[in-house]
Amino acid sequence: MLRRAGRALLLLAAGALAACSAEVEMKAEAPDATPYARAYGDTFVEASIGDIGTLIPTLASDAPSHEIGGWVYDGLVRLDKNLNNVPAMAESWTFSQDCLTLDFKLRRDVKWHDGRPFTAEDVVFTWKAIVHPKTPAPFKEKFLQIKSVEALDSYTVRVTYPEPYARSVESWQEYILPKHRLEPYVAEGKLRESPQNKQPIGTGAYRFQEWRSGEKVVLLANPDYYLGKPYLSRIVYRVIPSQATIFLELKARGVDYSQGLTAIQYTRQTEYPAFRKAYRKFRYPGSGYTFLAFNLKDPRFADRRVRQAFAHAINKRELIEGVAMGLAREVDGPVRPGSWAYTDRVKHFDFDPKKAKDLLAEAGWSDRDGDGLVEDKDGKPFTFTIRTNQGNDERKKIAEIIQQRLADVGVKAEIQIIDWASFIKEFVKPRKFEALVLGLGSGTDPDQYVVWHSSQVGPDQMNRTGYANPEVDALLERGRASCHQQERIQYYHRIQEILAEDVPMLFLYVRDALPVVSSRVRGLDPGPAGITYNFHEWFVPTPLQVYTSG
Amino acid sequence: MAQRARGEIRAFGRTFVRNRLAVGGGIVVAILVVLAVLAPLLAPWDPNKPDTRRILTPPSSSHPLGTDQIGRDVLSRVLYGARVSLAVGFVSVGIATIIGILLGAAAGYHGGLVDAVITRVVDLMLVFPRFFLLLAVLAFLKPSIWTIMVVIGLSGWMGVARLVRAEFLTLREREFVVWSESIGASAARVVFRHILPNAMAPVLVAMTLGIPAAILTESGLSFLGLGVQPPYATWGNILTDGKDALEIAWWMTLYPGLAILITVLSYNLLGEGIRDALDPRLRQARVGRILRVGR
Amino acid sequence: MGPFLVRRLLVVVPLLIGITFVSFIVISLAPGGPLDFLEGESPDLSPEVKKQLTELYGLDKPLVVQYWSWLTRLARLDFGRSFLPDGKPVLTKIGERLPVTLLLNIVEMLIILAVAVPIGVLSAVRQGSSFDKVTTMFVFIGFATPDFWLALLLMSFFGAQLGWLPISGLRSMNWEYLSFWGQQLDFISHLALPIVVATFGGLAGFSRYMRQSMLEVVRQDYVQTARAKGLSEQVVIGKHALRNALLPVVTILGLSLPGLIGGSVIIESIFAIPGMGQLMVQSIYARDYPVVMGNLVVVAVLTLFANLFADIAYGFVDPRIRLGGRRGRR
Repeated sequence: MLRRAGRALLLLAAGALAACSAEVEMKAEAPDATPYARAYGDTFVEASIGDIGTLIPTLASDAPSHEIGGWVYDGLVRLDKNLNNVPAMAESWTFSQDCLTLDFKLRRDVKWHDGRPFTAEDVVFTWKAIVHPKTPAPFKEKFLQIKSVEALDSYTVRVTYPEPYARSVESWQEYILPKHRLEPYVAEGKLRESPQNKQPIGTGAYRFQEWRSGEKVVLLANPDYYLGKPYLSRIVYRVIPSQATIFLELKARGVDYSQGLTAIQYTRQTEYPAFRKAYRKFRYPGSGYTFLAFNLKDPRFADRRVRQAFAHAINKRELIEGVAMGLAREVDGPVRPGSWAYTDRVKHFDFDPKKAKDLLAEAGWSDRDGDGLVEDKDGKPFTFTIRTNQGNDERKKIAEIIQQRLADVGVKAEIQIIDWASFIKEFVKPRKFEALVLGLGSGTDPDQYVVWHSSQVGPDQMNRTGYANPEVDALLERGRASCHQQERIQYYHRIQEILAEDVPMLFLYVRDALPVVSSRVRGLDPGPAGITYNFHEWFVPTPLQVYTSG
Repeated sequence: MAQRARGEIRAFGRTFVRNRLAVGGGIVVAILVVLAVLAPLLAPWDPNKPDTRRILTPPSSSHPLGTDQIGRDVLSRVLYGARVSLAVGFVSVGIATIIGILLGAAAGYHGGLVDAVITRVVDLMLVFPRFFLLLAVLAFLKPSIWTIMVVIGLSGWMGVARLVRAEFLTLREREFVVWSESIGASAARVVFRHILPNAMAPVLVAMTLGIPAAILTESGLSFLGLGVQPPYATWGNILTDGKDALEIAWWMTLYPGLAILITVLSYNLLGEGIRDALDPRLRQARVGRILRVGR
Repeated sequence: MGPFLVRRLLVVVPLLIGITFVSFIVISLAPGGPLDFLEGESPDLSPEVKKQLTELYGLDKPLVVQYWSWLTRLARLDFGRSFLPDGKPVLTKIGERLPVTLLLNIVEMLIILAVAVPIGVLSAVRQGSSFDKVTTMFVFIGFATPDFWLALLLMSFFGAQLGWLPISGLRSMNWEYLSFWGQQLDFISHLALPIVVATFGGLAGFSRYMRQSMLEVVRQDYVQTARAKGLSEQVVIGKHALRNALLPVVTILGLSLPGLIGGSVIIESIFAIPGMGQLMVQSIYARDYPVVMGNLVVVAVLTLFANLFADIAYGFVDPRIRLGGRRGRR
């Protein structure tokens, strides 16, 4: 009797939950569209799953450190709405004819957060600090390409390269560090212990106020910012380690911005009127692509027909619909859609299981014993393991769907999900894998030498598949060595054609970024670069402000 | 002596049956085991087959418990999940019990240095925070059903060891043991025929109570992403998959959650019932045995 | 009492060394290292940095050497610095997290004891009654409900739907501007849900143990004696039986200490509470050895000392131990 009572209670609770889901309505309601005047004030609350690793983002590779870094620090160059490099702390720049020298003319009105003026000395110092052998900067590679950086005068910097370097301008989005504060620490390699790591000063739009470890970071608007004081007075960056909790906070309006809703949340859980009134959802192509990589050293995958068979066996639309709820676009290559070097005029493999089986048969794999699995001429069945990292739901689902599709053409795939550290150390780096589901960021510059050149196969280098195509090698080298866009674009188009044909990895899709912002925040202007590129222009009109500005 | 044993069992049975909750628990456990064993026959769909056209559909006639985030049938997954969850429970507790009995017996029987060392090891393991142990070992091994069972087993043997050791310590001094040894019975014989059967009762209870704990630990591990790997379904990982879509796909959290609840509840009631029925019985039985054998 | 104490204290040091040595070996041998964590998925990462950091952290030395240098520094109370880019001293990182975890868990423990002890006693005294049955079901349901499930349900209902309680975190946005009492109230409202979730699950263990212990005690001879002496039932139970029945509960308390200090990973991550559990999990993932080891030492030391106090308390309460061996009779 008591047990029945207990169960009845639970059913009641379930009923209550079901009733709540009735809130999901498909009628869209636009948020208030009154054109308000710009105003200063209010606090902006962003949620992040991870805590920041450090207050000197140069030393970090985690995204939260870079987000905070983006507000506190600034670079010579930044990205505009359309992913072009435009002036930030540099007013302008010029290349020499041979592409070996790059001169920056710096703005004269930039000040550090402690009032000292920003000069060319800081730029020179930043370069020296990053390339210094004792500085553990994860992304120093691009600065190692430089021969020298000199200050021609207080506001002019000359960067000299031994060879033309395609990413030169782009690389100067790097955070500039204050020489007057950090110089003593670089030689000792004690950057992490400097006061900069507790109370950083930068030249960015926001000044650091406090960091409560594991809890939040608070930033205040910088009134002396060279582009004008930002309108949002305060940023609070809250650390919430659970995606489910972040979503609940959004619903309860405890958080103003989340970088990425999951696809399911975007399409199914945020369609009700109250949510649409309180938040604006955005959608733009993300900067990473997801793929299934083959280990080309494995004789089975060395045969291009097998890889092409897999390409036919898998239904990319199904993956996009099933995993990303339609919020992604198919890709056939590693270049970012929307960027200047992108082309979609490349070979495309349709979903065609019959063709897949034919290709497999051509390569020597057919079902000889009628058990539903294909075998080679010695009777060995085609089984392999797909590995991916733990903590990524999307990749898990992709692996599961691919597993099923391959089973339909007679290939048996097993899945292993491994924690990140072990994954990288045991499988990825020593190239002890057969296939991986992973993602890679495609930067704004199409140069992907490190990923596709046949020389980049060392354990710490990024050519994981072991791809080696002499024509692609040559094109990569030429593309890197030029700074003239009209010339480079031809090389990169040809590279994309070859990669699409060779399929060293199955390029699956580029997922849309799905940020969501409180509707009271105005001034957003979505574009290929996303929405945060003009954060210092966002504002909340006075009548809509919620938090006391601080 | 066989008569005496039969009498004990009957007495035990009588006490047990009087406890309605425990009986209920036992029945439910039996039903669950049957369901788990018959899962392949009962499940209407292939539990691992995704169907991207039917993502997160609510319960319907074709999918009585709805579908999950890549279109797999929840009912089938819950049924197959029963197998895994119960297997994890049984095997990990089995491992823990065996290790616990071996170490506890060694410590209790031999005493002295062996006892001291084993007790230190037990203390050591008890001071480790539970999840640290699990995480550290899982970092080592490739995650799979077996490693999880082993890991949960390895982190839970300490209780059994302590129990067994305590029983051994008390029983060892009893006359019948001394008597058996004095007539030259080998140590193994003494242990297995006389001491161990008496010590079994609390161990049995510990086992029955350990199974639900193992099932809950598995679901906790799934939440942290360290549980059983896809595509295999366990109640823990169905729950975890469903937690992000709580309001719109309540069936993904309700049903496996209920399954865990009912299973754990039933095992606990059953275990407690066994313990309650054994205890007073045990005391009297022990006295009886001593009088009988020692003469 | 004296020699007892000394013996126990002497055990602490070798135990600590044992724990730390085993942990160090386990975590160091686990595949992956602190540097692999540093690598994101970007094609830009520099291999030079790897070498640099390896030397800096001494990761190229043999394990025993690494352990020894850690141990010797520990003896000087130098816990070292985190391997993560923030380079904070380990003690600072622990110091940031420990108070919250302790607060949360001590409050939880007090509530559990306050509820579980009476429930256990009454269930034992009224064995088989409907009160006994109802409370049994109630505490077992609490035990059987997965933490994160309950947490999400409550957060969704009380936080998102009704808006009565905050969903996550420790403080509100405007905490700095609240009055002193406003701040305390704010804390309480933030900790309310986590404590409810934690207590609901933890009631079962204690109350069943209490009940069990009480049942055994009630059957003892001295209880009959007390009754025969004509003492009222309340005095018999409340004074004599209870005191003895509490002893095993003290033992269980000791066993739950590592959890108390180590923090609950699941509850902390769901409720975004920056506690010790989160610290431990994150440092294991990142292979941040100094923090992992420091965390372990702190937890182990606190646990061992708490256990020691529990044993002393046990010794005071249980006349058998105090007086040494005589069958207790009161």
